Amino acid sequence: MIRYLTRRLVQMVLLFLVFLTVTWFLLYILPGDSVALKYAGNPNIPPEAREVALERLGLDKPVLIQFRDYMFNFFQGDLGVSFNQYPRPVVDIIGERLPRTLVLFLTALVTYYWAGFVAGKFLAWRRGNRGEMAVTIGGVGLYSMFLPFFAFMLIWFFSVQLGWLPISKFLDPEQWRDAPFAANEVFMRLFWVTLLTAIAMFMASLAAHRTRGRMLERILRWGGGALVIAAFLFYWFGTEAGQGMRIYAGDIAFHMILPVLTLTLINFAGVMLLTRSSMLETLREDFILTARAKGLPEGMIRDRHAARTALLPVATSLVLAVATVIDGGVITEAVFSWPGMGEILISSVLSEDIPLAVGAFAFIGVLALIGHFVVDVLYGLLDPRIRVTEHG
Amino acid sequence: MVEMTNLPEDPRPEDSPVSAAIGGGGESWWKIRLALMRRSFRDNWKIFRRNKVGVFGLVIIAFWGIMAVMPTVFFATGFWTPAVYDPVTGLELDPPTRTMTMVERITDPNTEIDRRAVLLDGRIPDTLQIGDTFELPLQPAPPDGRHWLGTDPLGRDILSQLMHGARASFFLGIVAAVVTVVIGTTIGSVAAYFGGMVDSFLMRLADLLIMIPGVALLIVIGAVFTYQLWHLAVVIGVLSGFGGTAIVLKSQALAVKVKPFIDAARVAGGSARHIIFYHLIPNVMPLSVLYMMFTVTGAIQSEAVLSFLGIFNTDTSWGLMMNLARTQGYLLQVADFWWLTVPAGLAVTLLSGAFFLVGRGMDEIVNPRLRRR
Repeated sequence: MIRYLTRRLVQMVLLFLVFLTVTWFLLYILPGDSVALKYAGNPNIPPEAREVALERLGLDKPVLIQFRDYMFNFFQGDLGVSFNQYPRPVVDIIGERLPRTLVLFLTALVTYYWAGFVAGKFLAWRRGNRGEMAVTIGGVGLYSMFLPFFAFMLIWFFSVQLGWLPISKFLDPEQWRDAPFAANEVFMRLFWVTLLTAIAMFMASLAAHRTRGRMLERILRWGGGALVIAAFLFYWFGTEAGQGMRIYAGDIAFHMILPVLTLTLINFAGVMLLTRSSMLETLREDFILTARAKGLPEGMIRDRHAARTALLPVATSLVLAVATVIDGGVITEAVFSWPGMGEILISSVLSEDIPLAVGAFAFIGVLALIGHFVVDVLYGLLDPRIRVTEHG
Repeated sequence: MVEMTNLPEDPRPEDSPVSAAIGGGGESWWKIRLALMRRSFRDNWKIFRRNKVGVFGLVIIAFWGIMAVMPTVFFATGFWTPAVYDPVTGLELDPPTRTMTMVERITDPNTEIDRRAVLLDGRIPDTLQIGDTFELPLQPAPPDGRHWLGTDPLGRDILSQLMHGARASFFLGIVAAVVTVVIGTTIGSVAAYFGGMVDSFLMRLADLLIMIPGVALLIVIGAVFTYQLWHLAVVIGVLSGFGGTAIVLKSQALAVKVKPFIDAARVAGGSARHIIFYHLIPNVMPLSVLYMMFTVTGAIQSEAVLSFLGIFNTDTSWGLMMNLARTQGYLLQVADFWWLTVPAGLAVTLLSGAFFLVGRGMDEIVNPRLRRR
């Protein structure tokens, strides 16, 4: 296992180096002078100032030297300076934006995989009734929806017509005018508290899965869940730290509803259809027949025997979905003006802010790499048949 | 019961037309192959037709196919004049009037000129008071007899743009799909046939490519090049061909490679090139056609997203129509200006969804395990 992990890690680093090199050359070399043109090619700028600008941006050196410098600096955590927000380092911008993207992305991913899996499970279980056709058609319809169009329809409906949800952006500036906290501080607190809650919920449900008695399982599942939610609420309402930030954290969470809803509605059908076909195949297996013959309750056959086996291909699909979900995230961020990685990628590309574009794209690549790695390892843990051995 | 029906190596002598072709003696080989192809097509069509979802997708594709041809017919018959209906340069000079109410006068404090009046080309009478209603010919105009889907803010016909957009989407999708399949089958078969270093190099490359978020990459490429529609199609095709498609087709080719007829061909002295192109590729083709459909879906959506975001510039496309609505500020006024966004958005959804549905329908032909027994 450890050998496999180290091999994967080495592969990942190599892949990333290739990826970064290609990106760098693509963006720095091919436009030729466009970087210089935009910032120093203006004829109104005197030649001396132009020289100074080129020198300050490091563009006067030969290409390979620039590349070497970039690579060295990259692994020391220096990604250069943004052209458009001039003295601000790229790392600083990314450090601010990355958590926002991660939160949106992970929330959406968890929500839609969960929704799709549960929906697919029930669809397969009750195969052939009229509801199935409707859900399938609706799901495929949503799945092939053009994302920006669908997102704007949702914004129009929920924000413009009904006025329930904010139209876009990350927070409401009016509410934050005299906030005692920086937005990022609140956001990080929200992030950690929610993450801990999610982990605790997951542990409770895992423990419930492992138990044998039906009664004990219920107590663990519902009781454990309730306890975690109570702790979560207590933090925001009971403790002093939570109370102060509550309104602001709530505002950020409020702005997240619509993007997450959009991503969930668009993506869940893919998971649903996959779960359905995988589940249908599992239901034909002999061990399901055995479970029936033993007289186990239907719910138990469905959830413990069939659904857990049917989960495997769904988990594999996660490997292929990582890139798709990141893409969807980029588009969603652009549509909702959510200040994350996708939004800076697009704005930096449109304004030819090359260092920021390379940095953003590199981090999107890192995100995809880590996503793949995690899913691969998880898959090994889930499926005992492909568990990695020393020889792997 | 029939799987991979276009295997030329498996003539199934019990079937009448083929056995007749073989038994007839003296028939040339291509006639046998043609008969086989015709039969496999008929069998597959029977399976495909049973799946309503796939047929539904095919109907939608046919609808957009007709839409794509219509402008040629309209222009040729003189029903449309290019001056008015051209998707890029057309202009409706005489838009229908809209009734408006004066709410306030916005006067620029520096020049003391009524800004609204300047914007409207001085078409508002000076005597107008707040609360008065007046009629004004304005773009974007709602649907009427001449423009069935209205006009956009620049006075161009929406229906004409929609039809030309369909043309662009078909072109993009088909080019991308063909590039994908050519690259994907070749790479997959070569990797499966040779194995070893070639295989691991090609598969690591594929791993790298499926990991990169495609739209993000296309956005970055958009920063560097100003590309045209066929460039985009080729880029999408290459990404998909070297990436996910190659991996799937390789595993299919591996399954074919261990079949006895490959060994037979090798023993008979067939070169690697001959075996790959005459025995492996024809047998992975059915699966690659399936991936063609999914590539088309992805290509249409990617193009629409890129032009919607204003990164990709072409003459007419559905994404561009929505981009115009966005930059002109009509995007969230769906109730009042629905014809600017809804037709284009639905068109992208329907056409890309239709290819996806056809792909799902074909899935049953390619994977016999999925068929309902």
